[in-house]
Amino acid sequence: MNKIVSKLLLFFSCLLCSTVLFAQENKPDMADLMRSNGKIYVVVAVCLTILIGLFVYVFVIDRKISRLEQNKD
Amino acid sequence: MDVPRLFILNETIRNLYFHVCMWFGMMILFGTSFVYSIKYLRGFSLRNDIFAHQFAAVGSFFGILGYATGTIWANYTWVSDQSQSLGSILKEPKLIGAAIALLIYGAYFVLRGSFTDMDKKARISAVYNIFAFAMLFPSIWIIPRLVGSLHPGAPGSDSGNPALNFKDIDSRLRMVFYPAIIGWTLLGIWIATLKIRLQLIKDKTLFHE
Repeated sequence: MNKIVSKLLLFFSCLLCSTVLFAQENKPDMADLMRSNGKIYVVVAVCLTILIGLFVYVFVIDRKISRLEQNKD
Repeated sequence: MDVPRLFILNETIRNLYFHVCMWFGMMILFGTSFVYSIKYLRGFSLRNDIFAHQFAAVGSFFGILGYATGTIWANYTWVSDQSQSLGSILKEPKLIGAAIALLIYGAYFVLRGSFTDMDKKARISAVYNIFAFAMLFPSIWIIPRLVGSLHPGAPGSDSGNPALNFKDIDSRLRMVFYPAIIGWTLLGIWIATLKIRLQLIKDKTLFHE
């Protein structure tokens, strides 16, 4: 049950990230952070998304292993 | 590393090493899962079913990451620079196709969870997995290439085929891109093998090892 809840949380947090990012349209093209420096921060954001996603996923697997270890004793 | 200087994309061309590699990794992991499903149906060994399940799980995870990174990338290259609204982005055939493909794999896990009998679960989900893999081809390979889209690789965009036209990629990008595909895919396979080993230990009593 806990596993499903954490998986769902991960999925919806991904969805939430994307809606927040989509909500920033309809503005004149200002020199805000993501469009500055040749949009290099977009690459940073993409990189961080993957890293955070992977860390969360591996963390969930780690918790599963801990639970298995506890059951063994 | 120097990258080609392009309008609109600017430095975001570097996302090629992340966003595109996620989809490559997903495709390879789903392919592995498909092979193990066929192997399961040939011998009905539950070991192969565990392999197929875990490869599909990590593949779906890579797909979700690919989708999430795609939304970020699209937001800063499609939305304002080509005067595209959110409505036109939601009509993107590539986005819809990828969403359908991921939802079909989502149904695979729902299907697996709904059985209590292990053999029945393994058998039906193996058949469904073959169907899900077959559905990947129309939804993410064929249809997006037939209809117009902002995504590279669609007719109407002059940027060519993103995945298979190897003449289209600049050689400077290629030097990082190919090792990146191998690296991300191996990372996915490593996580999948960890999950498989975990599952095998969990089900040890079933295998009488």
